[in-house]
Amino acid sequence: MSTLAVRKAAPAAGTTPGTAQGPPLRRRIALIPTVTLLLGAVYTLLPVAWVVIASTKSGHELFSTFTFLPGTGFADNLKDLNAYRSGIYWEWMGNSALYAGLGALLSTAVSAFSGYALATYRFKGREAMFNVLLAGVLMPPVILAIPQYLLLAKADLTDSYLSVLLPQILSPYGVYLARIYASAAVPADVVEAGRMDGASEWRIFTRIALPMMIPGMVTVFLFQFVAIWNNFLLPFIMLSDDERFPLTLGLYTLLEQGANTPALYTLVITGAFLAVLPLIALFLVIQRFWSLDLLSGAVKS
Amino acid sequence: MSGSTSRRSYGVKGAPYGFLLPATVLFALFFALPIGYAVWLSFRKVRVSGLGLGSGARKEVWAGFENYTGAFRDSELLHGALRVLGYGCIVVPVMLGLALLFALMLDSEKARLAPFTRLAIFLPYAIPGVVAALLWGFLYLPDVSPFYFVLDKLGLPQPDLLDGGPLYLALSNIAVWGGTGFNMIVIYTSLRSIPAEVYEAAELDGATPLQVALRIKIPMVAPSLVLTFFFSIIATLQVFNEPTTLKPLTNSVNTTWSPLMKVYQDAFGRNDIYSAAAEATLIAVVTLLLSFGFLRAANRRNKQEATG
Repeated sequence: MSTLAVRKAAPAAGTTPGTAQGPPLRRRIALIPTVTLLLGAVYTLLPVAWVVIASTKSGHELFSTFTFLPGTGFADNLKDLNAYRSGIYWEWMGNSALYAGLGALLSTAVSAFSGYALATYRFKGREAMFNVLLAGVLMPPVILAIPQYLLLAKADLTDSYLSVLLPQILSPYGVYLARIYASAAVPADVVEAGRMDGASEWRIFTRIALPMMIPGMVTVFLFQFVAIWNNFLLPFIMLSDDERFPLTLGLYTLLEQGANTPALYTLVITGAFLAVLPLIALFLVIQRFWSLDLLSGAVKS
Repeated sequence: MSGSTSRRSYGVKGAPYGFLLPATVLFALFFALPIGYAVWLSFRKVRVSGLGLGSGARKEVWAGFENYTGAFRDSELLHGALRVLGYGCIVVPVMLGLALLFALMLDSEKARLAPFTRLAIFLPYAIPGVVAALLWGFLYLPDVSPFYFVLDKLGLPQPDLLDGGPLYLALSNIAVWGGTGFNMIVIYTSLRSIPAEVYEAAELDGATPLQVALRIKIPMVAPSLVLTFFFSIIATLQVFNEPTTLKPLTNSVNTTWSPLMKVYQDAFGRNDIYSAAAEATLIAVVTLLLSFGFLRAANRRNKQEATG
């Protein structure tokens, strides 16, 4: 943050002599960043605004009234969605929460172990192990998912919760972030001091290193949560029983059925609206704990 | 990982391997083994004897490079690859151009409402690709779209966004919408890490904000631009969710629109896992070759810059 503060102050001192351009032009130029960013925000919020409004429309209103005019059917749409296949939508929502919540938790633990080990120890094969793990990022998901499906079928595990949960626990990107974060947040002399005091390696990790790594691990957790919540391909390949579907797959099947019956459109739209709510809420609440900067691997020491 | 002092040195030596054990096991089971299995399958085929009835009639046998030559000759795969190439030529420059533009604007001291707009532009990252495709899919449908409403009122022609050339734009738009925010954050982060002294010198020379952006900021964030470019290309090659979701809304997206859709179709639609495995291996090899080639080129450039 300190660099930002310095830079904020510097131009104020530097620009005072540069008033030669005259005030009106300068004021207009000064508007460019704000206007550009607002246009960007309008672009990104447009479909979200649309789904919020469209979910309030009855099936009839959807096709007859102006797109951005709120309708009167939200309560009915909700009732229809609840009634659809005796409330299977909420099962999908629960499944998504289970896959994403438990999956992200396990994934964060594995990333924390691995990242800590890769950052603080010097051992044989460290770089080789790290590089092999990272190469996993480059593997197209379909290319992994199809043989994963065939192998899990041999173990009789397809179409189960585990078939969606297990392949997503190891996240190469999570390990990468955890390593970067651990090497910046856990000083070597603190670990050494722990050893001098006779603490075991496990104790040093849980009592000293892990608390220091918490902010980074929150980021890894959220990153994985979003990745698993948004995953479509793996459940698409693994699951056939729609009671185990996550939201993404459930909405897709709903759209597939609804493509020829516009009556189902309102269900799909209301479902899509409710599907984005939890993640938007999560974003707004956790924003202050989540350093977006870390997503790109940047760590300020 | 014992607590007793006598075994401490053993504990320290073994500890990293202990910490890495879960990741190693998971990697072996869910990365290495499936990849190995896919490569193995790609060299196999089923030989049907007689009428193909009975338990011994279908036998898996060695196929050599048969599946690979088949994949090279497959016009569907080639067309899928060409479609994705065209799609990538739109997505990558537009998405990264916008991401860079927004990052530079966020970084300028004059931007107001920056926290709000930053969050708004980043928001699509939280929205599943399937839902994004679904939302835009509806916005492309003439019956419900506000764009068509406006075009209709203005008496302008109304193109079919889900067919022919516009389909590429429609699909690209979904990817640009979903990916710009994330890339913006990556570039913005590296902009903020530029030391303040660099700007002070420029300001003493009387450089305008535009000059500072073009001559200082963009060259200094080149490494993160390279990184986002690299990951965008990889993601583009793997496009699957968006065209699959739009498929129910239009006849123009077929089951083999992108190479990965073709792999899926061969594996589960046609039940030919052997051809699918060969195609998947081929795509993985192309991805890896591109990645290594790209990283080597980037490294060489960095070294030249360091010495020059």
